[in-house]
Amino acid sequence: MSSSQLAYLSNNLVYSSLFVFTLSFFLFAIETAWSVRADRENGVFDRARTEKFARIAIALMTLAFLLLFGGVLARALSAHRVPWGNMYEFSITGALAFTGAYLVALRKYNLRWLGLPISIAVLLVLGTAITLLYRPSAPLVPALKSTWLVVHVSAAIISGGVFLLANTIAATYLIIERMESRGGRNAWAKRLPTLETLDQLSYRLVAFVFPLWTFAIIAGAIWAESAWGRYWGWDPKETWAFITWVAYAAYLHARVTAGWKGKKAAWLCLLAGSTFLFNYVYVNVWGTGRHTYSGL
Amino acid sequence: MSAPELSGLGSLRYLWRQLTSMRTALILLLLLGIAAIPGSLLPQRTQNPMKVREYFTNDPTLAQWLDRFKLFDVYGSPWFSAIYLLLFISLIGCVLPRSWEHAKAIRAKPVLTPKNLDRMDFYRTIDTTSALDSAEAWFKKNRFRIQRNADSISAEKGYSRETGNVLFHLSLIVILIGIALSSSLGMNGSAIVNVGERFINTPTSYDNLTTGRFFSSESLQHFTITADKFVAQYNPITNAPEDYTLSTTISKTVGGSSEKKVLKVNSPLTFGSTRVYLQANGYSPIVTVTDQSRTIVFQGPVPFLPQDANLTSTGAIKVPDAQPQIGFIGSFVPTIDRSSSRGAFSAFPEALDPRLLVSVWEGDLQMDSGIPQSVYRLDTNKMARIGLKEMKLNETYSYGVGTITFNGFTPWVNLQIVRDPGKQYALIGSILAILGLLTSLFTRQRRIWVKVGKKVEIAGLAKNAIDGLESELNDLTDWIERFNEKEIKQERRKK
Repeated sequence: MSSSQLAYLSNNLVYSSLFVFTLSFFLFAIETAWSVRADRENGVFDRARTEKFARIAIALMTLAFLLLFGGVLARALSAHRVPWGNMYEFSITGALAFTGAYLVALRKYNLRWLGLPISIAVLLVLGTAITLLYRPSAPLVPALKSTWLVVHVSAAIISGGVFLLANTIAATYLIIERMESRGGRNAWAKRLPTLETLDQLSYRLVAFVFPLWTFAIIAGAIWAESAWGRYWGWDPKETWAFITWVAYAAYLHARVTAGWKGKKAAWLCLLAGSTFLFNYVYVNVWGTGRHTYSGL
Repeated sequence: MSAPELSGLGSLRYLWRQLTSMRTALILLLLLGIAAIPGSLLPQRTQNPMKVREYFTNDPTLAQWLDRFKLFDVYGSPWFSAIYLLLFISLIGCVLPRSWEHAKAIRAKPVLTPKNLDRMDFYRTIDTTSALDSAEAWFKKNRFRIQRNADSISAEKGYSRETGNVLFHLSLIVILIGIALSSSLGMNGSAIVNVGERFINTPTSYDNLTTGRFFSSESLQHFTITADKFVAQYNPITNAPEDYTLSTTISKTVGGSSEKKVLKVNSPLTFGSTRVYLQANGYSPIVTVTDQSRTIVFQGPVPFLPQDANLTSTGAIKVPDAQPQIGFIGSFVPTIDRSSSRGAFSAFPEALDPRLLVSVWEGDLQMDSGIPQSVYRLDTNKMARIGLKEMKLNETYSYGVGTITFNGFTPWVNLQIVRDPGKQYALIGSILAILGLLTSLFTRQRRIWVKVGKKVEIAGLAKNAIDGLESELNDLTDWIERFNEKEIKQERRKK
């Protein structure tokens, strides 16, 4: 197949995956609504009814994941490179990694309750990618032609995905904590894990991925040394990567050394995660500097 | 916390303790992050001096106020330096005593078994009275450090967690030393070189050169680079650059043996500790200027600066030897296109249909006034415009007091030449930092106690919250029980 045919195929696959993700989202929504109602009526879930929907929803999400994988792969083949050349490509790869991480985690932990928020997040990311960020498939600018692209960007994308997951969980912690302090969980929140589990989970995710983020920054520095003649230059993207690193370092110190837990720790986690988001959105789209590869 | 009576040494010690406390370190760390923000939102002199100048013309009062607080030089400002220096002092004050403590702890035996084991995270009992031999065997098999007493064993494992922790923080200091070396002994300069010309590494060859405080120009590496050929490939649909390749002939000494090398964006040339990078490129139109008597007063390529992605370039040609002095404000367009709003502009970065647009000025170039001038701009204060022309290749324009011929063009490249003696330290520091981080975050440090009394008590304490201790204790319990069963069987057989 020619490059343009592959690019066309990639677009179709990404569109189809968006459609299937939407179906999966509806099923997750119905499943959540039913469990809530069942819970309100008799205090226990009507498992049989919700179970079926949850299973279909997850099967559809897996299908959507495979379609998206095909889309990302076709995009890579059409451009003869890893599909991380502009913000559209970051976003579809990010959505793929995010869904993949969830589906893998699902095999080990009982995280079905996260299905609805995950599918909302993926729909948002894919939707903006297709409508606002789309750029035709094209080769890379010379500075990006390096093996470090694969190393640096994959490390950054994976860390970003996990940071955001930790953020989602920290936010959930804060919402549930507020509910509990005001007299108890709402119906929909009853099937979520205990506060302590949420607290631990977000900490573990950060502790797990912090070395990877450090590595992403160092790999970027090594690459910058060979492409731009300096390993560190306070470029806006570098500065914000550093700020994110500092914020998570503070978070880890606060937890491990100063013994922070619960609410205070969750807020710090949210603060650190929002510096990452700011970096991704603001610096890519409106920022100046050498990292503006959004193609916008 | 109330401050004690402040007196000489006491107050110093109090300050030192405050500075090296965990809380101060945390606050400084967050403060460093916050202090880095303005530098990413406002243009910085070190990266984008043009944007800073723009700021000063657009809003001079605000710009002056911002400048007073060094907000255009955030990362070199006293307040930013103050934060990271305090942070590093605090770090050193934290980490050196801790390394010392840890070195002692490695050699020491595990702590004595505490009295009330049931207060630990994990606690269980077995209905048996002998366990110490079997437990010791298990601890040895699993490489715990142990201290055995008459009725108990205290065991500990995972010291490498603290080793990793100390290593991580020490390697941050190594990185800082690397940065300090770079900024005091390094140099960074750039020079525009026309293709066909030779660059000789001497201070005068540079268009701009910044050196560290302790850098001496004698330590400039000896080398020359001749730019033989430059090829730029552009995408025909998006116009985006796809590849830049500069073929060069390099030589370690002037006139010495030479060799051919290729310089690309991601593969710099290396001369000892100095590296040469390909940073930017543009066009130099080649012109010939004659005076009234048709004598050549200027001939050669003149680098023009690109103004957009399609390399519409502008520059100045100064001819001080003409009588009267002549200057040209020029615009080089590699592939001509026109629109009513922009006039002539370039539609593609490759030179497919080049034009040279000039306006001719006569008068005083003011090059002897002592005020440094930009080579890309013409100061027309004491000059008058006498002509305007758009030229095709090989066209000659006659403006009365002389002529200009557009003979052709050659690409130029901007070479960035960097000597960074500290970067190896920064790299080694970074690698050690990651190793330390991984060790400290993924090593489980735990203590296990086994105590024999009326029954056997087993207790465990995990120092960082990673799972695994519970299953480990299950394993130990099983081991002891199996061991005891075996003994009972053996005793029965004996009977």
